Amino acid sequence: MIALIMFVLIYFGKEFGISANFRVMCAADGAGDYASFFKFDWNSQGWNLLVALGAMFGGYLASHYFTDPGENVAGISAATVATLAKMGHLVEVGQVPIVPEFYSWPSLFTLTGFIIIVIGGFLVGFGARYAGGCTSGHAISGLSALQLPSLLAVVGFFLGGLVMTHLIFPLFL
Amino acid sequence: MSKFIIVGIIFGVTLYKAEAVSWYRIFEMFHFQSFHMYGIILSAVVAGIVIVQLIKRGRIRSVDGQQIEINDKDLSIPRYLIGGFIFGLGWALAGVCPGPMFILLGSGVTVLIVFLSAAMFGTFLYGLVRDKLPH
Repeated sequence: MIALIMFVLIYFGKEFGISANFRVMCAADGAGDYASFFKFDWNSQGWNLLVALGAMFGGYLASHYFTDPGENVAGISAATVATLAKMGHLVEVGQVPIVPEFYSWPSLFTLTGFIIIVIGGFLVGFGARYAGGCTSGHAISGLSALQLPSLLAVVGFFLGGLVMTHLIFPLFL
Repeated sequence: MSKFIIVGIIFGVTLYKAEAVSWYRIFEMFHFQSFHMYGIILSAVVAGIVIVQLIKRGRIRSVDGQQIEINDKDLSIPRYLIGGFIFGLGWALAGVCPGPMFILLGSGVTVLIVFLSAAMFGTFLYGLVRDKLPH
């Protein structure tokens, strides 16, 4: 399905990559005045904003119409539930919500919520542009085209992810 | 124009129903406790490789009949490894990458607008300092 989406975009003469939208949005807000990286014809990238807009609609439809209220759970494994319990995050198998409780406005003003939402967002935005792509651009599009740079980027994604999950999470989560 | 919105909607519904938008699924993936996320990525890449090879052999043309060219990326090691590493830190921390961020925002997790702003600020800062970074 995801490959099909990539194919449709290639078929329309485009490239599949969601994080490029951050650059487009920066440029649209006038960031071109500050750095040449944002001086490009962002109007020509408007199609990608439409994909992002569509993704938002898709999220709305999926959660409101294609999912029953009691069904809105992530079916994670019992092993993961046990790992979470060890860290003090008690969830029950079959009852795990799609997003944890720290994705809420009140939690934004707690240390954990702030680190996850604000620092997490910053790292994702900075890293995606530094690496020239995110999961969709490198892991899906890049690996599909057998691009060595994308493989390096994906190795980087996983190294970063493993360090965060195994070394940094225990410090505060 | 609207064809891109439709592509986005299909993308959004697919990733939502596949639970790829879930923080817990990412957490589980980095603990190697389920094949779920690897299955999603692997199946997309395998199907993608087949499609790209068909395109490269000229079997598939674009919607206006043109030969499709797929650009090679320039090879540079620090850029992809360091940039990827930073992205990976954020990906595991937030449990969402840019696609799911838009999808969850649409599903009603409005606080992600703060995440989006932070990601834009990160991108902006990268634009400011990019000449000073190893690429």
